[in-house]
Amino acid sequence: MSRLMIWLILGVTLTFLIGPFLIVIFAGMSAGEALAFPPQGLSLKWYAKVFTVESFRASFALSMFLAIFGTLAALLIGIPAAYALNRYDIPGAETIRTIVAAPIIVPGIIVGLALLRYFVVPLNVAITVALFVTHTALVLPYAVRVVSSSLNNLRADMEEAAVILGCTRLQAFTKVVLPNIRGGILAAFILGFVTSFNEVPASLFLSGPGVRTLPIDMLSYMEITFDPSVAALSALLAFMSVAIVFIAERLLGFSRYV
Amino acid sequence: MSDAFVSLTDLTLSYGQTVAVPNLNLDIVEGELIALLGPSGCGKTTTMRAIAGLMPPAQGRIVIDGADVTRVPANKRGIGLVFQSYALFPHLSAFENVAFGLRLQKLPQAQIRAKTEAGMATVGLTGFEARKPGEMSGGQQQRLALARSLVMQPKVLLLDEPLSNLDARLRLEMRNELQRVQKETGITMVFVTHDQSEALALADRIVLMKDGKIEQLGTPAELYARPDTAFAADFMGFENIFRVEGDALVSDSGRLPLGYQASAQILAWRPGGVGVGAGPHRGRVIASSFAGGHREYVLDSALGQIKADAPIDVPEVPIGQDVAFDLPQDTARPLAA
Ligand SMILES: Nc1ncnc2c1ncn2[C@@H]1O[C@H](COP(=O)(O)OP(=O)(O)O)[C@@H](O)[C@H]1O
Ligand SMILES: [Mg+2]
Repeated sequence: MSRLMIWLILGVTLTFLIGPFLIVIFAGMSAGEALAFPPQGLSLKWYAKVFTVESFRASFALSMFLAIFGTLAALLIGIPAAYALNRYDIPGAETIRTIVAAPIIVPGIIVGLALLRYFVVPLNVAITVALFVTHTALVLPYAVRVVSSSLNNLRADMEEAAVILGCTRLQAFTKVVLPNIRGGILAAFILGFVTSFNEVPASLFLSGPGVRTLPIDMLSYMEITFDPSVAALSALLAFMSVAIVFIAERLLGFSRYV
Repeated sequence: MSDAFVSLTDLTLSYGQTVAVPNLNLDIVEGELIALLGPSGCGKTTTMRAIAGLMPPAQGRIVIDGADVTRVPANKRGIGLVFQSYALFPHLSAFENVAFGLRLQKLPQAQIRAKTEAGMATVGLTGFEARKPGEMSGGQQQRLALARSLVMQPKVLLLDEPLSNLDARLRLEMRNELQRVQKETGITMVFVTHDQSEALALADRIVLMKDGKIEQLGTPAELYARPDTAFAADFMGFENIFRVEGDALVSDSGRLPLGYQASAQILAWRPGGVGVGAGPHRGRVIASSFAGGHREYVLDSALGQIKADAPIDVPEVPIGQDVAFDLPQDTARPLAA
């Protein structure tokens, strides 16, 4: 392949990766009233407006809550699950792994519809609770996978050494296993956080009066008001994600775990 | 034996349906350094893990210091185990690795510090307290693992191939170190090895294992001089082992009349016990190498290969040439089938 060809492919790839990001940033900087690219003049007023929209504040808080606590809940279930799958000879471990991975494979839109039709409506579950359960379930596969891969690198005899020195099995887990997989846990948390925060398909079905996650709220905002503030908000969120991943990468070489 | 400190009685150890160690009986005396010697897969690690409490026996009893500990969990047995891989805690400093067990005992801080420092001094690691295991050499990690077990003052210290991950020079050094620590502390030690020279050099007694069973048990001198079986003889350096039929030796390659009546079913000679340069048999030299105090020959004979060591004052026989050799009765070790 010629050099020119290689540069061309690289250029196209980068354009597709970074292009949309740049477009959103600049679209949000428009001085005009409608969402457009290229922007009509430059200003930061839409970035400022984002913070004044009441429903954005509420949905941002909800999304933050779901991303943080949904992911924590997923880790609370996922870490012991990964440990058990990794360390014990569980009959049907392969099947369990497949089931755990199901939410990655099954389209979110089906998960959302099914939950709404057979969980939320018949049991009259509060939307917030339904969202929490859904986000936990959607993040769980990532938690199990990332934690599993760091457990694989940890030899089982270290725990046995701890037991011989007087630890109970639980103490060996907290004193030896956990500290040695904390990088993997942090990586799983970040991955789960970002996944939950950006989740659209399932959350689309799980919204009620005044209860919406941020991406869903942005969608409905756009149906009514087509101003550049949505672009401004998207850009802010993208910066937040990039910042989190960047810090994590700096702190512990995040990309090793994903 | 009444003076047994550790008694394994009718111990059967299995992995699911596979029996790794069937019906083992072994008594270990207080303060001795005993070696479990045997080829890979003969059940040495399995036996260790059972003594440590990491593997519940399918059958049998384990008594340590007069108490039946068969059902006592590993964290309550008061036994030390140095893993083949060392199994150090990578997230803790050397000091904290050694202090780990003491902290679990909730000893006063000052006592933990004193014991840990003494333990590190015993293995010559003073000054390395702040290092992480990953920042230490193989030999230092080995010492650290030893110190971590020693500070707990275990009733019995088990060591699983403690020297096998070290290079040859360090292995000899740590051999002496291990022996010194054992004599200094007086701790009963069981160490596993597949290296007979290590077992001979270190152990007070050697348990030679084969397929989960004890093949022979004795002092290094006993095992070295008087192996009872072909397996034991092979392990102890009797490289020429042949079946006896009437007054001849037999191998897969052929037969060789001995010239004297042998009473045993099998006879074995060390290379040093084979005479070179004189004798009733002839062989062709197919390999010859200088080994310092002697010369090592490989001879092709009616029995196949014969390994023979000749004193250095015997004139060298070139490769390809025939030479007379002798399988004398007085250096032959009679073995059971
Ligand atoms: N976890 C295990 N599962 C099944 N079989 C095992 C396991 N560990 C060891 N074995 C078998 O038990 C026998 C003894 O193994 P081991 O005690 O490790 O031998 P050694 O330490 O003498 O090399 C071997 O045949 C080995 O294949
Ligand atoms: Mg072994």
